[in-house]
Amino acid sequence: MDYLVRFAQLHETFRRPELQACATLAGVDIGIITYNEYSPYCVVRLPDEAAARAVAKRSILVKDIFELWGEGTNYEELHADVRRRTQHRWNDYIAVPWKFTIDYFAGTRSPAQKGEIIRSFSYMGFKGPIRLTNPDEEFFVMEEYIDDVEVARLGVSRAEDPRKIYLSRKIADSCRENVLKYDLKKRRYISTTSMDAELSLITANMALAAPGKLFFDPFVGTGSFIVAASHFGALTLGADIDGRSFRGKESGKLGIYENFDQYGLKSKFVDTFTSDLTNTPLRRTAVLDGIVCDPPYGVREGLRVLGNRRGKPAVNVIIDGVPAYLRPGFIPPKKPYGFEALQNDVLNFAVRSLVPNGRLSMWMPTTNDEKTEFPVPMHQNLEIVSISVQYFNTWSRRLITYRRLPEGELSDTTQARKKIDDQGTSADDLNAFRRIVRII
Amino acid sequence: MKVITANFVTCAVKECKTSPASFPLHFHDAELEQQELDFQPEFIRNILPRIDWEALRTISNELGFPSLPDSKPEGDALENEQTLRDLHRLLLETQVTEGKLTCGNCGHSYMIKEGIANFLLPSHLGEKYCPFVLLDHIRFANILPV
Repeated sequence: MDYLVRFAQLHETFRRPELQACATLAGVDIGIITYNEYSPYCVVRLPDEAAARAVAKRSILVKDIFELWGEGTNYEELHADVRRRTQHRWNDYIAVPWKFTIDYFAGTRSPAQKGEIIRSFSYMGFKGPIRLTNPDEEFFVMEEYIDDVEVARLGVSRAEDPRKIYLSRKIADSCRENVLKYDLKKRRYISTTSMDAELSLITANMALAAPGKLFFDPFVGTGSFIVAASHFGALTLGADIDGRSFRGKESGKLGIYENFDQYGLKSKFVDTFTSDLTNTPLRRTAVLDGIVCDPPYGVREGLRVLGNRRGKPAVNVIIDGVPAYLRPGFIPPKKPYGFEALQNDVLNFAVRSLVPNGRLSMWMPTTNDEKTEFPVPMHQNLEIVSISVQYFNTWSRRLITYRRLPEGELSDTTQARKKIDDQGTSADDLNAFRRIVRII
Repeated sequence: MKVITANFVTCAVKECKTSPASFPLHFHDAELEQQELDFQPEFIRNILPRIDWEALRTISNELGFPSLPDSKPEGDALENEQTLRDLHRLLLETQVTEGKLTCGNCGHSYMIKEGIANFLLPSHLGEKYCPFVLLDHIRFANILPV
């Protein structure tokens, strides 16, 4: 069966990968029949209505899903297609309370025109009653016009008429309302680097967060990603090299736990602990179903690992006869760390810690300048599932999702090249991204 | 720190990771707290195969809980709700709020304060970071977004 997905018109490169992830979560095969990044409408093939409901229910970037009753580039084609696809079903809806809605993208219609459009479907013979609130069935006419963004980017010319028209029957809403529920402005514990609610929820979807699973964020901060993963049912662990980031300033209260409490997710919170990814205390065995993270990349949040700067020997300082590291309040020395070295560590950690088919969803910054573009790190035991990009003015960031391949399967990394950036000792020497952002 | 987490962590010192004595880390001066949480049987069933049972028995004894069975519940035993509830209580509802976790190999102790363990190592214990070894399997490629 063909279904029509209505997407939110933003984060375009995330939309298809998220839809695919939601289908994987629902355990159904999805075929994407037509997709255009400049349009919110996308036609997909799914086994049945239950599958359509299940897929939409998990998605953040889908607004709602419909059963496709017909499509065309003008009303003549649309009516012909509606007859062909659904004539045998019109009788089922003859006495059902219904509502007709005209939805348009980048266009508009006057009330009179809308009435005319609705009346043009009178051949289907629905007797009603018409019910504008809580109808049993809601039919949508969707008109897709060419949008200004597409005109500006692709140089196509804007037409008076819609380029595509659909008729569809509404099936289900998505869970997009959670973007408001988890809005950072209403969250108890946040910091300057908290990831916004929408992208956190999308990240959790890409990594297939679900009940019964264990998720981990090695750079947990204020917990945006693990809160999102727990919203979808996963139990979650978090670690950070700076314990203050998840603890917060109020004594006797654990900042990150306040967030779990706020959203009724206390039963999904396992633990947070202070640790450094390069010296992680996690056992070298596959215990995690998913890793979700936005590693620090040295612009807003410094890139640091435990250790001494080069030239400074590792000394065991003794104060009042007690080794300094045993005294209360000891803060171990940290040193700057390479941007790519960090990504390597995350990938190696994921390979060791993920169960087969477990996922890593990692954010990574890049510039918009092609000459200095940052390559995607690859590992032979990880398959790249998707790469999505969020664009900013002078830079952008990518969400890369990997699947841990079961033993015996390897991904092809032959086209990739080796790269090492651990030369030098200062933060700028080690981090090409930081250098570029500073120049900009 | 919850009992389940104690089953997933070992000494952060790299040399200790290969020594059997480093796992499990041993609780000392532990103050315990019980917290009631929603029972999630699907989580217990999913996570149990990843639990090191011997280590869980050791920790459970050290914390003064009744002895666990000799072998990990498997198959039909996982259909028994009481078994799952008991494991839920031990793994997720029991946490150490104050105390120390000590490595049986190097003897280093990690402090637990207000339920949070600190695994940061003093500089003489942390291995000097060497990316050249780790980089062996990593490649970078320019891939365009889908």
